Amino acid sequence: MVDIVNSNEPSVEAETKPRGAVPSWVITVGSLCALLGLWEVFGRDINPVFGSYPSAIAQAFWELARSGKLWTAMVESLRPFFLGYGLAIVVGVPLGLVTGRFRTVEAAIGLYITAGYAMPLVALVPLLVLWLGLGFAVKVAIVFLMAVFPICINTWLGVTAVPKTLIEVGKSFVAPNTVILRRIILPATLPYIMAGIRLAVGRAVVAMVIAEFFTSISGLGAVIINSANNFDTATMFVPIVILMVMAIGLNYLIGAVERYVAPWQAEIAGRDE
Amino acid sequence: MGEVSLQDISKKFTLRIDGVVQTVQALKRVSFKVDDGEIVALIGPSGCGKTTALRIAMGLETASAGKVTVDGREVRGCGHDRGMVFQFAELLPWLSALQNVMFGLEMKGMRGAELRDTATRYLELVGLSGALNRRPHQLSGGMKQRVGIARALAIDPKVLLMDEPFGALDAQTREVMQAELLELQARTKKTILFVTHDLDEAVLIADRIVVMRNGAVQEIMSMPLKRPRGDLGAMRGTAEFADARYRVWKALHATPETVH
Repeated sequence: MVDIVNSNEPSVEAETKPRGAVPSWVITVGSLCALLGLWEVFGRDINPVFGSYPSAIAQAFWELARSGKLWTAMVESLRPFFLGYGLAIVVGVPLGLVTGRFRTVEAAIGLYITAGYAMPLVALVPLLVLWLGLGFAVKVAIVFLMAVFPICINTWLGVTAVPKTLIEVGKSFVAPNTVILRRIILPATLPYIMAGIRLAVGRAVVAMVIAEFFTSISGLGAVIINSANNFDTATMFVPIVILMVMAIGLNYLIGAVERYVAPWQAEIAGRDE
Repeated sequence: MGEVSLQDISKKFTLRIDGVVQTVQALKRVSFKVDDGEIVALIGPSGCGKTTALRIAMGLETASAGKVTVDGREVRGCGHDRGMVFQFAELLPWLSALQNVMFGLEMKGMRGAELRDTATRYLELVGLSGALNRRPHQLSGGMKQRVGIARALAIDPKVLLMDEPFGALDAQTREVMQAELLELQARTKKTILFVTHDLDEAVLIADRIVVMRNGAVQEIMSMPLKRPRGDLGAMRGTAEFADARYRVWKALHATPETVH
């Protein structure tokens, strides 16, 4: 029988970009500079109540940071954010797994998950306040409710997309249902789960601001509201920009986690460019 | 010991075709037996039910009637007494070759050093000692199927069931794998039931061929080629091979109706 002798030969490493092409980060930085430049140039012509521009926002950021207000607000916001978001992952993934795997569970609760995704949460905030008060708990609940459904639905969808034959591999080796779920379905669904977790970042950020607007006014949401009320548009933009940058950072982090927990996926899938 | 027999197996599917619910009889009282250490090929045109018969033997599908026995005992569902080799290998893409083989063994309850050693031994047996840590996408089609075979053999089943194991491979690789399978069988003395639509493959490898048509066994034919068969390439040139091949070809084309 032929033995594979040379196992150290470089394996099928896909070449990610053609030789001589501009690196992606250069394109991104270029795009960012162009956007900020245009905003700066045209933003200056606008009445500072109606709009702002990067250098004014940077200055407002500096003042907020120096006074210490920014850090307090961020801590106030991020605690419920991460707790609610974390809970959404911890609950959403297993719920999605069992919903996708078991027909009875799907029939029993699939409906509520689909409906929950489209739930007009803002309208329900007053009710949540009645139940949970105005403090920390209600904010966690709002973030959780906005983030859990995309995670759950994506996981559910992912499970139904797992090739039947992989499950049959488990069955043919007499793997119990729990093993099939944990060792075949979960890893096969990981790319979908990670996509859901990414989608949920944006919704969780929005949920956090909604929570701070409509419950006790606090955190970054309070900074937005208070500066808007004072027609201090530049300061108002500071938390908005911070939140968007944070979302980008989180997305990047999740991408890194995905490459770590599901390295095979990055090797199999990809853009043909 | 390892003999498997299908006794009066019937299978009905309910299908909805163009809004009309139809019952399709996929298998009609299929009976045949694979003796200990024997290689039997199930052959027939696509849609004849050969894969369904194999899947029922494995326990991946249930028969509407009839029973499957292994060494005389009736079996229901999957079991470690039967090892399945899938058409496209179906390795778990997140596991290395070694871990894929270990998966099957773990399901049998093996743990610790023995687990790793056994898996390594079977990968060596199929000639993959240098690729233990490669993931499936880093393996060629032939190598993947070798891992698939090692995974099924490692649990030391009484019967090896193979569903068009080389159907997805290119012609050259297929020939190499056919020779390797015979060699593996000579070493392990496993009972093998395999499905193929490749007439040459069936004649070259099998001791007996079960010809199926429209869900029923049409003919069971013994092959004159004796084992060990040595060089399969040379075997193709012999009059015995040509003769046997022609007999099976005639059986396959016996009825005038053609199913595509």
